Amino acid sequence: MSEKVIMLGNEAIARGAYEAGIKVSSAYPGTPSTEISEYMVQYKDTFYEEWAPNEKVAAEVAVGASIAGVRAMACMKHVGLNVASDPLYSVSYMGVNGGLVLTVADDPGLYSSQNEQDTRMVARAAQIPVIEPSDSAEAKEFIKAAFELSEKFDRPFIYRITTRLAHSQGLVELCDREEIEDKPYVKDIRKNVMMPGNAKLRHVEIEKRNKELAEAANTLSINTVEMNDTKMGVITSGIPYQYVKEALPQASVLKLGMVNPLPRKMIEEFAAKVDTLYVVEELDPVIEEQVKSWGIKVIGKEIFTVQGEYSANMLRKAILKEDLDIKSPADAPKRPPILCPGCPHRSVYHVLKKLKMHAAGDIGCYTLGAVAPLSVVDTTMCMGSSISTLHGMEKAKGKEYIKNWVAVIGDSTFLHTGVNSLMNMVYNNATGTVMILDNSTTGMTGHQDHAATGKTLQGDPTYAIDIPKLCRAIGVNHVTEVNAFDLETLEKTIKEEVARDEASVIITKSPCVLLDKSKKPLYIAHEDKCKKCGMCMKPGCPAMTKNADGTIHIDDTMCTGCGLCESLCKFDAIELVKAGE
Amino acid sequence: MATKNIMIVGVGGQGTLLTSRILGGLTIAGGYDVKLSEVHGMAQRGGSVVTFVRYGEAVAEPIVEEGQADVIIAFERLEALRYAHFLKKDGVLIVNDWRIDPMPVVIGAAEYPENILETLEKEYKIYKVNATEESRKLGNPKVFNLIVLGVAAQHMDFTKEQWYEVIEKTVPPKTIEINKKAFDVGYTL
Repeated sequence: MSEKVIMLGNEAIARGAYEAGIKVSSAYPGTPSTEISEYMVQYKDTFYEEWAPNEKVAAEVAVGASIAGVRAMACMKHVGLNVASDPLYSVSYMGVNGGLVLTVADDPGLYSSQNEQDTRMVARAAQIPVIEPSDSAEAKEFIKAAFELSEKFDRPFIYRITTRLAHSQGLVELCDREEIEDKPYVKDIRKNVMMPGNAKLRHVEIEKRNKELAEAANTLSINTVEMNDTKMGVITSGIPYQYVKEALPQASVLKLGMVNPLPRKMIEEFAAKVDTLYVVEELDPVIEEQVKSWGIKVIGKEIFTVQGEYSANMLRKAILKEDLDIKSPADAPKRPPILCPGCPHRSVYHVLKKLKMHAAGDIGCYTLGAVAPLSVVDTTMCMGSSISTLHGMEKAKGKEYIKNWVAVIGDSTFLHTGVNSLMNMVYNNATGTVMILDNSTTGMTGHQDHAATGKTLQGDPTYAIDIPKLCRAIGVNHVTEVNAFDLETLEKTIKEEVARDEASVIITKSPCVLLDKSKKPLYIAHEDKCKKCGMCMKPGCPAMTKNADGTIHIDDTMCTGCGLCESLCKFDAIELVKAGE
Repeated sequence: MATKNIMIVGVGGQGTLLTSRILGGLTIAGGYDVKLSEVHGMAQRGGSVVTFVRYGEAVAEPIVEEGQADVIIAFERLEALRYAHFLKKDGVLIVNDWRIDPMPVVIGAAEYPENILETLEKEYKIYKVNATEESRKLGNPKVFNLIVLGVAAQHMDFTKEQWYEVIEKTVPPKTIEINKKAFDVGYTL
């Protein structure tokens, strides 16, 4: 037997793709899918992987590679698939040449997302087959099945995972890479040019292919039946399978590795063998509704939720009606995520708050500017939406109405989809102010490079898009760069730009504090000089606490020496005691 | 052997990931099946973070559920309080006697509970250590988590050599010695 190693689900997917012989991968970071691409870098001498500016681009790059005849993959989170849905629906008609897999990570429980959508629903709408693994070992193995079936049935596949799989580790047995010969490229416009006449015929073709695939699903080795006690049968897939095994070890289980299309014959036969049948699936009743539509009696969302993650205890309560002797949690104040000590966003939001501004927000760490004590961000919807949301408000209520508004967006998000919205502002004579909080990285997902950082996914040097120049090229005449910690200049600039009757961009350029690994400066608070005014506490730095007497204490294990508190103290009670290196 | 359930709880940025990976490596070296569950992304940014380690003959689910934890390693008092009910009846709670105010406390919207350890002691078997202070004595307050892990190691079935071996494999090479020293402090407390 070959070596067994412990791997994160995402690492296992990267390994599986390597073993499956892929040649190209493209992705945009998004929790919980990000690490797949990062783990691919170790194979950079064997196959090509990259960060794309967004998921639509990533998916199209993978489609191009597939057309050229190699196995290709794109990786994204569930909401990223929305961005990629334009190519998704059409490549469904085109099919593949080299095997094509989009790995899409759902986030039941919303650990790091703006919604809880179920990718299987999108896949059904786009008529894309879906394979779903249930642990790291399967994550590595099932992806090979996805590539093989993709080529055999001429279908692009979605490889669906959830946060719990992506970010759990389990043992994996390593195999060698399969060297797949490139498929010859044959020019075929009826297959690859989706104009109406061709697409009409392709639609007929893919309906046929999907039917064949649905038939084949009945005998696929990734769909398995474990017969035990026939009193209870469970149909499940993915991570919920593990909860079923914990809570219902006696039950008979039909475990689906392919969740779209469903193996109807297999399900009907299984249903006939058991007395009571349950479907255990997180999020939407995708399997359940189809099984019910075939006239099979099955219990599902009548007793299970469509929200959040499942657990073995949840199944024990809902199915076995067990009265679990579980203590209730203690009454503890919540600890929501916060901006890190020394985060440049805090400084920007402090100034915006002082000026009583509202912000149309976007997706990134800076979304946290919505919560107290900063409370500046009023809206957050999806990647790139801040700029267009502000524009819509202006067109609804006039330019005076948005004089106390700005759009805030990060550098990576701006390049993702924000740039289109800025074009729209300039094109349609908007007067709003866009603040690009440029921290030189994709921060929230854990520091990934992007087209303006000057580094590729592999860390190699490359051209860095000049964001100020890009804004000017689009037609923004007033582009100002400010240091995020220069409070005075920042305040003056914001006042000037929002007053201007023309679209403007303010770029606050200060790197993410976590990027800088050098020794940080340190500040201390002098209790004898502190007047307890509370000014320094206003931006809500987590390194600062109030002593019992109301004076301030700075936690030396957390302070990163940004100096924001010092610049807010009028009584010289906060002092730099150690310079940085 | 029944599956062992361990939880590491703390505040994002305190090194819960590193600690769970050390535990994971340890259980593999012991020849067990093992599953770990971690938290990445937004929830990591200074929020309440929990990671799970399960090991035994064959492990199905990667999470530890309420009433099932054999050991909880808490890097902060409030987080110990938040997750203590995950302990099973004879479970052990190891707490770093350290306070980090969550934002609702910082802004005065909530109060940090008083006497957390005294409250917990009434219901659970707890071992406390001021690892943050102890790590200062070593000259590096960042290695406090290895001190807490050293205390936890006293209540687990692995040899000191096994711990050393996995620490050497897991932490950055430059920090191996200081991390081993920190582990020793906890192991002998």
